[in-house]
This record gives sequence, C-alpha cells and structure tokens, in this order.
Amino acid sequence: MTMTDPAMAATPRAANDSLPERLPINAVPVRHWKQWIAAAILIVLLAATLLSLATNDNIHYPTIGEYLFNPSILKGLGVTFQLAIIAMLAGIVIGILVAVARMSTNRVLNAVAEGYIWLFRGVPLLVQLLLFGNFALLAPELGIAIPFTDTVLLGVDTNKVITPFMAAILALSLHEGAYMAEVVRGGILAVDKGQSEAATAVGMTRGLAMRRIVLPQALRVIIPPTGNQFITLLKATALVAVIAGHDLMSTAQNISAQNYRTIELLLVASVWYLAIVSILSFLQRMLERRLSRGVER
Amino acid sequence: MTTTTPTGSILSVDQNPDAMVSIRRVHKSFGDNEVLRGIDLDVQQGEVLCLLGPSGSGKSTLLRCINTLETIDEGRIWVDGDLIGYRERAGRLRALNAKEMAAQRRHIGMVFQRFNLFANMTAVENVMEAPVHVAGSKRAQARAKALELLDRVGLSSHANHYPAQLSGGQQQRVAIARALAMEPRLMLFDEPTSALDPELVGEVLEVMRGLAQSGMTMIVVTHEIAFARDVGDSLVFMAEGRVVETGHPREVIDNPKTDRMRQFLAVRNAV
Ligand SMILES: Nc1ncnc2c1ncn2[C@@H]1O[C@H](COP(=O)(O)OP(=O)(O)O)[C@@H](O)[C@H]1O
Ligand SMILES: [Mg+2]
Repeated sequence: MTMTDPAMAATPRAANDSLPERLPINAVPVRHWKQWIAAAILIVLLAATLLSLATNDNIHYPTIGEYLFNPSILKGLGVTFQLAIIAMLAGIVIGILVAVARMSTNRVLNAVAEGYIWLFRGVPLLVQLLLFGNFALLAPELGIAIPFTDTVLLGVDTNKVITPFMAAILALSLHEGAYMAEVVRGGILAVDKGQSEAATAVGMTRGLAMRRIVLPQALRVIIPPTGNQFITLLKATALVAVIAGHDLMSTAQNISAQNYRTIELLLVASVWYLAIVSILSFLQRMLERRLSRGVER
Repeated sequence: MTTTTPTGSILSVDQNPDAMVSIRRVHKSFGDNEVLRGIDLDVQQGEVLCLLGPSGSGKSTLLRCINTLETIDEGRIWVDGDLIGYRERAGRLRALNAKEMAAQRRHIGMVFQRFNLFANMTAVENVMEAPVHVAGSKRAQARAKALELLDRVGLSSHANHYPAQLSGGQQQRVAIARALAMEPRLMLFDEPTSALDPELVGEVLEVMRGLAQSGMTMIVVTHEIAFARDVGDSLVFMAEGRVVETGHPREVIDNPKTDRMRQFLAVRNAV
C-alpha cells in the first residue's frame, strides 16, 4: 500500500483495515450529583410541610371528607362548570368577531373593536362582576326608552333580568371575549399572507377567504392558548362569589359562614378546582398532540 | 386634464378594442416610491407575453394591478373589454365595490412565485374550492373537473395529497390547475419557477408551454430566457417602472437595442 497524498492517511477509509467491525462507546457518563443534592433537600422540605399540615390541630380533616361530596357543593360545582363553559363559548364567538373587526379595513369597526378590547381587558374582572351584579343601581328598569319622553317600551325590573348568574355570565363572557380576540388575532396573523392573496385571486371576497382559508389554518395556532384561557376562566369563576353566584366558591363560603370551618371548605373548593384543572390540562395535552400530528401529514 | 373631463369617450380613448389586455398610462406609487411610471401595453387574445426586468422594476406590481390585488393611481386597464376596478357611469368613473372586484378577478388566473396552495386542503380540494364556493358549482361536478385538470398537469395520482406532501414543482402545477378551474380568460404568472430547485423547473415550464399551445392568453414574469425565447410571442423588458424594450422575443434577446437590456442579459448569461 503506497500513500502519496498525506491527506489520505487521515481518512477513515485508510484506517478501516485495522479496525474491528463495531466500535462500542464505553464512556463513563456525567454524574448529576448537584441534581441529587437538590432533590434530597426538596424532599425533606416537602415531607416537613406535609407533616405539619397533617398534624395541624386547626384543620379538621373529617370535615373535608364530609363536605367534598355534599349536594350543595356538587350543585355549586355544576354552576361553576356552566359559567365556565357558557362564558368560554360566548368568549370564543365574541373573540372571532372582534378579531375580524379589528383587522377589517372599516375604520368604524376597527375603532369599536379596539375600544372593546381596551375596556374589557383593562377593567379588573372583579370590578366588572360587581358592576354587572349591581346593574340595578345604575338602571332600575330595562327597556327601550323613547328619547325626551318618559315612555319606556317593554320595561322590566333589572333585578329580574340580570340575576347574579346572568351578571356573572355577562361579565365573564365580555372579559373572556376581549382576551380571545387577541388570541384569535394572533392566530390569523400567523397565517401566511399568500394564503389570503391566493384566495382573493380566485375570486373570493375577504369574508369568504377568512372563513374558508384563513380561520381554519389559524385554528391550529389558536387552540393551545384557548385551552389555557379556559383553565384561567374556570378558576376566575371563583370571583363570582362576590355577587353570590351560587357557584362552587360561593357555596363553600356560605357553608363556612354557618359552621365556621373556613379553611376546611376552602380546601374542599381547592380539591375540586385542582381536579377539574388536572382533567382539562390532560385533555389539552391530548388535543395539542393531535394537532401537531396534523402538521406533518 | 383627462380625469375631470366628463365625457364618456375620453375614458376609453385609444383603448385597443381587440386586445385581451389593454394597459394605458398606468402609474402606481407606494408612498413616495413611484413603482410604475406610465405603463402602456397590449396583449392580444392567445398571446404569450414574457415580462423581463431586474428585481424591483415593478413586474409583480403590474401583475397585481391587473387583477386588482393592488389599485392603480392613474391610467386604465381593460381585460377582455372590461375596465378593471371601475365602472363608467354618466361620464364619470366609479370605483367597484369589494364584491364586484372579486367578480372581476374570477376570470383572471394568477400563479404565484411561492405557489400559495391552500395548506388546509388536498390538491383536489384546492382545485375545486373556487368553483364550489365562488362560482357555485355542484361538488361532484367540480370534483370531476378538478381531477381532469390535475390529470392535465400530470398529477392525477396526487389528488389527495396535502401541499406539504408535494414537491415545489408539483405544488406549482396544482396551483396552475387551481387557477384554470375558474376558466380564466387570462393567466398571470409571477416568476412561477423562481422558488423551485433547478431540476423541478422543467416540469412546470412544460405545463405552461402546453397551456400556451392551447391558446391561453398569458403574461409571464420570468427569468427563464430560454422559455421566453421559445414559447413567448412577445417580450417586454421593464426597468425602474417603465417599459424599456418590447418586441419579438428572439429579436429582443439576440439584438437588444438598449444598454439597460444588454446589461440585464449579460448578467443573466454570466450565471
Ligand atoms: N406592498 C408594497 N408596499 C410598499 N412597497 C412595495 C410593495 N410592493 C412592492 N413594493 C415596492 O415596489 C417596487 C417594485 O416591486 P415589485 O413590483 O415586486 O418588483 P419586481 O417584481 O419587478 O421585482 C419595489 O421597490 C418594492 O419594494
Ligand atoms: Mg416580483
């Protein structure tokens, strides 16, 4: 074997003859001893916390078990669910409409959409709930007033229409709609501009292009943050307690007002919120996995 | 002067009534940047016009003005006798509303550099989308016709593939079929092969050549000098928003009269 080109000597091909077929890597792995120390410290801390909670005389554990499946609590849980689902669906519809309005070339629509987002995202949800809950103070009667006269058509008592449940739905939906509008807008902006151009070029109007081409593609971007929004909304329903909305949190507070087991009932509510959020998080992960599979098809 | 004179005739003065496309003194600016500086062009029925020019000379903008993806600032464009973007009434021009503009675009097919196939639909769905949802055709009928068109571009076996599963050349051929599905009177191509790997250029040019032979009126923005030479009936060379040279492709390419065109060809030949 004669080697004239010195570069050839370094190539694997040249060395191949003297090597075995396979080259196992029997290297010593890096030891993560820092991680082990951190884990040990955390386990000790966690154990101490659990121990102090379990042995705390101020928590009466049987009460938690007693109220976890209490009919009132379960009914409150149902109301919480209803509030979250209705407000979320309304929020999605509002969000799509407002996002499209915000991106339209119509300046009036634009300004209205922007104003809506500014208002309902800016005022704290707690304040909105109280405002809708006390709507009767602002307008004792609802109806269609004829301007400059005292005539009111279809006048009804405000408190009959805007029940605490209705007030909660209104406040939660309008609040959610403002956030969803931004989520939807982000999704729409993520769709390549060439898609709507191609749609326009084959004769579609803006609306049709939005419905058939842009929104279906935006969905993939919109769904994951919508899952987050739903979880946030579900927990936000607890605020409804301030207007006595008969939801999980309100019910828990009502019960503890009578039996003075404040911490126990707060823990009952926490267990339920955690349970639902865990289930939702799981569903969200499944959905995201399905969606990401769609990309590679 | 011409804009305020309230007579009907002034609006269509020197329109070539026989031409498929008639462009007169078209100006277009983006802010302070005047991109089209007085374009005059005629394209006859069945003619294949190749539009050449350096990057930024306004070729894409001109195509986009023809199918109202952009509005023009001055001038007139007629396609098949219809004034684009406006209607003449009582001696004045009135802008068409969004719906009327969309209706005008139906009959002008456009093929983009980056294909822009609807990513959420299969090849056959891409082709039948506009016939069903814009023209109101029956689904079954639109599907049959879409499959026929896919066959024509050599992709009948890929009908159920999503764009992401197709090569660039295949995507562009589907895009051509999609444009043809609306039975356009005019096809606009904006650098249809510029985004393709070199080995995929041929299959797209082949489809375009077939289309040209079938008598379609085409305006093709391209850097493929050989295609312009072989398939083009006429060649227009644009630079800085003006038509610099125009004529039969062979003559213009072999004997450029302007320095600008000579330079352009020299650079092309060098690479
Ligand atoms: N939507 C737009 N807004 C602003 N400037 C634009 C827009 N489209 C094109 N231009 C400008 O117009 C000029 C011509 O662009 P274009 O028509 O794309 O040229 P070509 O297709 O010949 O390369 C360029 O300077 C480009 O930056
Ligand atoms: Mg261009």
